[in-house]
Amino acid sequence: MKLHELDISQLSGLIGRKEISVPELTRSVLDRISEIEHKLGSYISIDEERALVRASEVQEKIDKGEIKSPLAGIPMAVKDNICTRDMTTTCASRMLDKFIPPFDATVISKLNENGAILLGKLNMDEFAMGSTSFYSYFKKTKNPWNSINTPEVLCEGTPVSVAAGEAVYALGSDTGGSIRQSASMCGVVGLKPTYGLVSRHGLVACASSFDQIGPVTRNVRDCTLVLNAISGKDHMDSTSTGTSIDDYSKFLGKEIKELRIGIPGEFINNKGLLEEGIGKVFQDAVNTLSGTGIHFEEFSFPLMEYVLPVYCIISYGEISSSMARYDGIKFGYRAESCEDLIDLYKKTRGEGFGPEVKRRVILGTYFLSAKQYEKYYKKALKLRRAITDELEKALEKYDVIIGPVLPVTASTFTEHAGNPAMANEYDAFTCIANLTGLPAMSIPCGRDAMGYPAGLQLFGRRFREDILLKVAYAFEQNLGEVK
Amino acid sequence: MNREKDYEVVIGLEVHAELATSSKIFCSCSTEFGGLPNTHCCPGCIGMPGTLPVLNKNVVEFAIRAGLATNCEISGFTKMDRKNYFYPDLPRAYQISQYDIPICKDGFIEIEINGVKKKIRIARIHIEEDAGKLVHDQWSTGSLVDYNRSGVPLIEIVTYPDMNSAEEARLFLEGLKAILQYTGVSDCKMQEGSLRADVNISVKPKSQEELGVRTEMKNLNSFRAIIRAIEAESRRQIEELESGGKIYRETRRWDDEKGVSFSMRSKEEAQDYRYFPESDIPPVIIDSEWVEEIRKSLPELPETRKRRYMEEYGLPAYDAEIITSSKALSDFFEETVKNGANAKTASNWIMGELLRLLKEKGVEDDSIPFPPVHLAKLIDIIEKGIITGTIAKKVFDNMFDSGKDPVAIVDEQGLKVVADTGTLLPVVKKVIENNPGSVADYKAGKTKALGFLMGQAMRETKGKADPKLINQLFIEELEKL
Ligand SMILES: [Zn+2]
Repeated sequence: MKLHELDISQLSGLIGRKEISVPELTRSVLDRISEIEHKLGSYISIDEERALVRASEVQEKIDKGEIKSPLAGIPMAVKDNICTRDMTTTCASRMLDKFIPPFDATVISKLNENGAILLGKLNMDEFAMGSTSFYSYFKKTKNPWNSINTPEVLCEGTPVSVAAGEAVYALGSDTGGSIRQSASMCGVVGLKPTYGLVSRHGLVACASSFDQIGPVTRNVRDCTLVLNAISGKDHMDSTSTGTSIDDYSKFLGKEIKELRIGIPGEFINNKGLLEEGIGKVFQDAVNTLSGTGIHFEEFSFPLMEYVLPVYCIISYGEISSSMARYDGIKFGYRAESCEDLIDLYKKTRGEGFGPEVKRRVILGTYFLSAKQYEKYYKKALKLRRAITDELEKALEKYDVIIGPVLPVTASTFTEHAGNPAMANEYDAFTCIANLTGLPAMSIPCGRDAMGYPAGLQLFGRRFREDILLKVAYAFEQNLGEVK
Repeated sequence: MNREKDYEVVIGLEVHAELATSSKIFCSCSTEFGGLPNTHCCPGCIGMPGTLPVLNKNVVEFAIRAGLATNCEISGFTKMDRKNYFYPDLPRAYQISQYDIPICKDGFIEIEINGVKKKIRIARIHIEEDAGKLVHDQWSTGSLVDYNRSGVPLIEIVTYPDMNSAEEARLFLEGLKAILQYTGVSDCKMQEGSLRADVNISVKPKSQEELGVRTEMKNLNSFRAIIRAIEAESRRQIEELESGGKIYRETRRWDDEKGVSFSMRSKEEAQDYRYFPESDIPPVIIDSEWVEEIRKSLPELPETRKRRYMEEYGLPAYDAEIITSSKALSDFFEETVKNGANAKTASNWIMGELLRLLKEKGVEDDSIPFPPVHLAKLIDIIEKGIITGTIAKKVFDNMFDSGKDPVAIVDEQGLKVVADTGTLLPVVKKVIENNPGSVADYKAGKTKALGFLMGQAMRETKGKADPKLINQLFIEELEKL
């Protein structure tokens, strides 16, 4: 077996038993990148030298017994909207193409303490507005499951790097579904933790009340190991909350037959939205799981029809405000030869932002304007509360709620990536978690007719990632790996 | 034509006061005034991507203090909101402020005008962050931005339109300033911009019920400018109406040098700030226990102090008012009394010589260049007859300039009273000899002439002669003639 195909636990074991060294492992993943990156384009930047220096340092610390984390010495990468000191953090935007933060995001500091080896920064849609990299200023990342016979499928770099062995695990961000959607299309595991479980300090804001950082890994066990390291209260983010759970891996392998699992009818019976091929992959997975004695129950989630508009109104409003600081004055791109201040603003923002950012900023500005606020934003805030209450109520009855991640196949998703009217709709199943702040994840559950992976989505109770991961692990065991 | 008396002026104020917390509202940077440009800054202060604001709890406490001291209701639940607009001094292009749920609401401050008490109601007090400052570079055409002030905590105090003259507005501001200083909420240093006001003014014929159209003047940063702006703007509005014109709802810029205001922009085309809840900061829950704790810790407020000075020390209302209107002055007074000085005498010195010198030398009353114990000592040596009143004034001037102990000044310069007959008698004789005219006047019954002669003798002794003794010697000597 090749090193780049192993998971965190396996690699950590090899390092611990001194069967491989951290520099060796790092070198091997860097070699894998050299071999395949030109075909995929997962990375916006790679810092080989830094990674190798760091690898030796970490090896030394492991030898001295100074680090005991399972993440020690494991090469990984992060999405390019997570701030890294002395390394560019571009958000895949012309606006920040040379931006080097003077500080590390809290998740980066925490991973450093755990001895992680950061290889580089991953491609994404501009300012995280999408899951395909279609709107990246730099390049488009290809799905590693592409083959000669299928139309090319795009994906953001985070899961691609993990699926293709260019990183053992990665950190992504999820505002409306990025982590789960892209993990689903690449056949890896992606978790959007409960809002507040992971500090957002150092995550470049897209929509503040929706954004969360989460792990993208090869399997559920790896997911728990990364979550252990990055979660917890942070004084730099006052919306972060601590929990008493210190090790999520200890819940894996526990019996789940007594648990109640709900499926919203609005997900699977929506023939207008749900593509048949995806419906079948999901149903097959449910059938397989039912065969092992797990019970599923369909339930009704009537407010589902409001989820998308409410998500768009509030998140676009927040986006219009969080994108406002890019004005050419302090950092980032500044247009040249401007006549006056207004001209500087117009040119800088006109040239620095791509079309999807502009679309959301314009719509968000409209929703927040004095004349429209009552009609859109205020109503949306009320509905957000109501949707949250309804889903939390359902979660009193069910331990976990499941459904498909995307309503369409990876190829349909890519086909419409540049068409906002269509692409918006595809966030319907995932953005619920961001709207309500609840945890949700994607685990591989099969492949569509063209051979692209499709994920199964699980929603859990607030701050009960322990139950969520326990169920995900049981599912993973029963569904088998997607090869 | 003077029709001003037929009109009523209606004034509302929005006062911004910088809080005296040592660190900024959303990060731990220093709030200290001055410093090289962009040195009191962190990534958060300049709105760098990835940074998050974390609300400084002291800011909330300071605002509660201000609210309690101005008789406000304190909200049990409050939240922050974003106010969106583009300007280079606003690093995130939104100001974190409060929109619909301010920390404090429905308070008042009482003023006294022509012996009549009047309540000026406060609609709300909310917290927000200050912006940076544009510096116009003298060597190029561009402007530079200094973000040292960015994130300095402010409270905005919004009144109802309850004031009807520049004098009422002045009294309100004096009262507010004293309260903020007493409670330690703000140092209210206007020259450093830590207290500034937006003024809303309208006028209406006295017979008319409804309010007139109001204009707004922003960012006035001295009491003098505020008063002058109110006077000029109300006059302008009355003249406009009298000549058949109309007042437009607009923002006007006050030019204090020229003493006139200019139209800036009309409210119709006013900016839409697109307020919405700030999701990076969770709502703040203020429990009543905390509020009570803060209420108990409030110091004596100016109004109470004033009453106490009148009752306990017998100071006249006027003196008590002037001294308590400044916390620094009042604290100086209290310390002087604590050091043994008679309260009325101390008050006389403060009201007279001290205020005169502060004004003359342009010194702020929180920077009095000598400690209260020196004034107490000075009063003590006067009362003991060690120096004369005339000499005391000189010693006071010297104390003010040098900061030296008055006893040391007296010793060094040999300013003690001369009270022995052996020294003074020859002086008296000499003065009598040199001023035959005055002597004749005295003899003719003009007792005023004695004053002149004593003055001459004082001059000879450089003010050090014991006035009682010298008076007695003159009478004796003149009797002999
Ligand atoms: Zn700062």
